[in-house]
Amino acid sequence: MAARAHPFDRASRARLLPAAGRALKPIREARGFARAMLWTGAGITLFFILMALLAPVISPYKFNQYQEHGHRFAQLAKPSSKHLMGTTVQSTDVMARVIWGAQTELKVVVIALVMALAVGVPLGLLSGYFGGPLDRVLVLIMDALFAFPYLLIAIVIAFLLSNSIGKGVLTAAIAITAAYVPLYFRVVRNHVISVREEPYVDAARALGARPRTVIRKYVFFNVVQNVPPIATLNAADAILLLAALGFLGYGIQPSDGAEWGYDINRAVSDASSGIWWTGLFPGLAIVLLVTGLTLLGEGLNETINPVLRRRRFGRIDFGPPTPTDAENL
Amino acid sequence: MRVYYGTPSSPVRAVDRVSLDIGAGEVLGLVGESGCGKSTLGRGILGLLPEGASSDGEVLYGGRNLVGLPQKAIRRLRGPDLGLVFQEPMTRLNPLMRIEDHFRETLEQHEPGLDDREVKARSLETLGRMGIPPTRFRQYPHEFSGGMRQRIMIALALVLRPKLLIADEPTTSLDVIVEGQILAILADLKENFDTALLLITHNFGIVAESCDRVAVMYAGQIVEEGPVREAFVDPAHPYTRELLRSTISLDTQELHSIPGAPPNLIDPPPACRFNPRCPSAMQVCISKAPIEQPLDNGRRVLCWLHGPEQEIPEGGSRKLEGREVGVADEA
Amino acid sequence: MAAQGTSLRKYLLTRLGLVIPMVLILLTIVFLLMRVAPGDPISASLGGHAPQSVINQIKHQLGFDKPLYTQYWDYLSGIARGDFGTTITDHRKLTDIIKVNGAATLELTFFAMLIAVAVGVFVGLVAGRFRDTPLDVGGRLFGIVVYATPVFFLGLMGQLVFGVWLNWLPTSDRASPITQATFQTHTDIFTLDAIIGGQWSALGDIVKHLILPATTLGLATAGIFIRLIRVNVIRTLKDDYIEAARARGITERSVVYHHAFKNALVPVITIVGLNMALLLGGAVLTETTFNWPGIGHALVTYLENRDYTAVQGIIVVFALVVVAVSVLIDFLNAYIDPRIRY
Repeated sequence: MAARAHPFDRASRARLLPAAGRALKPIREARGFARAMLWTGAGITLFFILMALLAPVISPYKFNQYQEHGHRFAQLAKPSSKHLMGTTVQSTDVMARVIWGAQTELKVVVIALVMALAVGVPLGLLSGYFGGPLDRVLVLIMDALFAFPYLLIAIVIAFLLSNSIGKGVLTAAIAITAAYVPLYFRVVRNHVISVREEPYVDAARALGARPRTVIRKYVFFNVVQNVPPIATLNAADAILLLAALGFLGYGIQPSDGAEWGYDINRAVSDASSGIWWTGLFPGLAIVLLVTGLTLLGEGLNETINPVLRRRRFGRIDFGPPTPTDAENL
Repeated sequence: MRVYYGTPSSPVRAVDRVSLDIGAGEVLGLVGESGCGKSTLGRGILGLLPEGASSDGEVLYGGRNLVGLPQKAIRRLRGPDLGLVFQEPMTRLNPLMRIEDHFRETLEQHEPGLDDREVKARSLETLGRMGIPPTRFRQYPHEFSGGMRQRIMIALALVLRPKLLIADEPTTSLDVIVEGQILAILADLKENFDTALLLITHNFGIVAESCDRVAVMYAGQIVEEGPVREAFVDPAHPYTRELLRSTISLDTQELHSIPGAPPNLIDPPPACRFNPRCPSAMQVCISKAPIEQPLDNGRRVLCWLHGPEQEIPEGGSRKLEGREVGVADEA
Repeated sequence: MAAQGTSLRKYLLTRLGLVIPMVLILLTIVFLLMRVAPGDPISASLGGHAPQSVINQIKHQLGFDKPLYTQYWDYLSGIARGDFGTTITDHRKLTDIIKVNGAATLELTFFAMLIAVAVGVFVGLVAGRFRDTPLDVGGRLFGIVVYATPVFFLGLMGQLVFGVWLNWLPTSDRASPITQATFQTHTDIFTLDAIIGGQWSALGDIVKHLILPATTLGLATAGIFIRLIRVNVIRTLKDDYIEAARARGITERSVVYHHAFKNALVPVITIVGLNMALLLGGAVLTETTFNWPGIGHALVTYLENRDYTAVQGIIVVFALVVVAVSVLIDFLNAYIDPRIRY
C-alpha cells in the first residue's frame, strides 16, 4: 500500500486540542441533574478503578486465601473486625474477593470492549462507507444477531470455546466481544451513512478526495466523538454480562481470580441457612459499579447530546418602561 | 409591550416597547424581516412564550391586561377569544388523532354543553367554509397536503369564533396558488366571522392585498404604522421605503437590496436602530433615539426625518456622509 | 374501513416475507457454530471416556458422519417439519422439552413483562412529566439502580428477605410438591389451567410461587422502560402539535394525558419487543436462581452436560421466538400508528 499520512500528524494534532476543548465545553456548562450524574458516576467509576489497580495493596488477604500463619479461617463467619465482610464456605475472606473481583471485572471488560471496538468499528466504517454486496451481507448477519439476547450469544460462544481453550479470562472476553460486535457495527455504520450524505462530505468527494482521506478526515472523527458515551454505557452492560456468565459458571476459573457473579452463585446455597454476607457484598459491588458507569454514560450523553440538553437562561430585568435617555449617548 | 428572551449573558430584546391597536373586524398586517420580533409579539399576546422568555407591559383585551394573567385565565381566553394560526402546518396536528377528534376536543374544552350532533355540525360548517369536504372529516392529518392542513388549522381556530385571530406567517411554507386561497379565506374573516386579524408576514405583497392597516417592524420596534394604501404610496420611514423598493415585479430592471443585516437584539445599535443601514441617516440618528411622531390619517412613524423638530439638537439634521454601512452590527 | 384492512394485510405479508432470510441466517449461524466449533460433541457429551466404537455408533445414529451439506439439509428440513432433534444425554425429543419447559418460561416471562411494563411505564410517565423535579430524579435513579442490579442478585436478596427471614413466599419451583401431585394440567401453563379448571387452592399456591421470580425478572427489566418512556414523554411535549393544542386553550392536564402520554406510549409495543431479548436472557438467569423448570434452566443443564444437540435445538427455538416477536411487534405497530401502513 502506498504510504499514507498518519491520522495524528502534526497538522491534525494542532487542530485536535482546540477541537477537544470545544467538545468538552458542554460538559463544563452542564447544569442540574446531568452534571450531578456525570460527576457522581465519574467518582464511583474512579473509585472502582483504583480498587482494581491497588488490589494487591489494599486487600487484607488474597482472593483465594483461606488461611493465615497455618491457621485456617473460620468458615461462613459473620462479619467481624478480622473479616469485615465475613467469610465464605471455603474460608476465603469476602472483602478480599470483592476487592480482587474489581480487578477481574475491569480487566475482562476492558479487553472485551477493546476487541469489540477493534472488530466492530472498522467493519461498520467500511460497510457504511462503501456499501455494496459486502454491506448487504454484513447487515443481514449483524441484524439477525443484534436481536438475539446478549447472554445467549455469550453463553454459546463461551460454551464452544470452553471445549477447546478452556474457561478463563480469554474465553469470557471473547464471548462478551461476540455479543457486542453487532452493536458497534450497527451504531458505527448508521452514523457513517448519515455523515456520508452530509454536504461537506459530498463536497470533498466532488473535489476528488480519495475515500481514504474522506474517511480519515471527516467520517472517522465524527463517528469517534460518539463513542465515549456508548462505550461507557456498554461497559456497564458488559459488567452485568460478565457477572451473569460467572453466575452460570462460564466466567473466570476460581483459581484465576475472584469474580462477583461466581461468588453470588456460591451464595445461593448459603441463603437457605440465612447467610447473607456471602452474596450481599459481591452483589452490592456489582450494583455500585454498574450504577457508576451508567451515571457517567448517561451524564455524558445528556451533556453532549444537544437534543436533551437544557440551556441555562439568564435573569431578565426589564428596567424602566419609558423611552429613554439611557439610549442616548 | 416588551418581550425579552433570557440568555447566559444579557437578554435578547425581541420586542422592545411595541404599541399597537387593533379594532374589531380589522385586518392589521405586521411586516418585518426574519428575526425582527414579529412572531414573538404574536406569541407574547397569547402568553405562549418559550421557557426563558419574559414579557412586560400591557396587552389590553376587553379591559383586562393579558400580561401577567395567571395561566388558567389566559388559557380560558385562548380559543374562544384569541386564536393563533402557526407558520408550519405540517406538524401542528396530532398524527394519531383524526380531524374529527381535534375538533371535538377543542369544542368540548370550551363549550362543554354541546352534544355530539352540534359539535359535528359546527365543525363541518367551519371546515366547509375552508373548502374541506365532510367526507374527509374522519381522516388522519397525514392524508392531507400542506395547504389543506393549514386550512384545517384555520378552521380549528375559527370554530370557536374568536374575537382576535393572529396568523403567524400562515402562508410562508406554502406555494403561491395555495397561498392565494388561504389569503382569500383570511380576507373573508370580517364578513363571515367578524374576527379581527393580525397578519404577521415578511411579504409586503400579502399585506397589500389583504390588510386594512399595516405596521412595519424593525429590530423589535414598530417603525411605521398606518392604512395600507398610504404606507405603499407614500412610505414614511426609510425602512419601509427601502423594503418597497426591494420587491420584484415585471418592471424590475435591477435588483435592489438593503445593505447590511438586521442587528443583534442583545445589544442593538444605540439611538435609532436602523441607522447603520439607513441611506437617509442624519447626525441626530446616531445620538438620540427617535420619538414616535403622529402623522395625518392616523399614521405614526418612528423616525427623525419627521421630527419632532424641537428635539433635534443643533446641527442634528446634517446628513451623514461616507459611512461603512452596517456590517459591524450583524446579528 | 375495508381499505384499512387490506393495507394492514398487505403489510403483514410483506413483513413475513422479509423474515425468511433472517430466520435462515440465524439457523445457519447456529448450525455452523455447532458443527464447526472445536472439540468433539459426541465424546464430550458422553463424558470423554467412552470407547471409540460407542462414539462411532452414536455418531452414525445421529447422522454426524454424513457430509456437512447433507447434515445441513437434514437440519433445515427437520426444523421445517417441526422436528428439532433428540437430546444426546437423556434421549428426549426437543419438541417435548420445548412444550413443557417452554410453557413454564412463557408463564414466567409473561407476568414479568406485565410487571416491567406497569412499573416502567408508570415511573417513566411521571418522571417525564415532572422533568427535573425530585420526582424525575428519583424515578431515574430508581431505573438506573434497578438496571444495575443483576437479576440473580435481586433474586437472591428476595429469597433471603421474603423466603428465609419473613417466610412469606416460597423460593423455588413452580408449585409445592402437594400441588404438583394433585394438579391437573393441559397446557402446562399452570395459572391458565388453574383458572380454567377452577382449582382455586392450587391457583393460590401457584401464584405464590410466581411472585418472587416474576417480580424479580420484571423489576430487572423495568429500567429500560423507564428510560425510554421518559425520554419519549419529554420529546413529545416539545412537539408542535402540543403547542398548537395549548394555543387552542386546551388545559395542561388534557394536553399531557390525551396528547403527550398517548403519543409517547406509541413506541411501548416496540420497546416491549426490543426488551424481549433482555427478558429472555434474564429468564435464563431467573430460572437458574429459582429452580424454575423453564427452557432457560434446561439450556443451562444441557450446557453443563455438553449435550450439543439439545443446546442447538434450544438455541434454534430462541432464535425463532426472537424473530416471531419482532414480526408481531411490527404488526401491532402498524395497527396502532396509521402512518406506517399507508
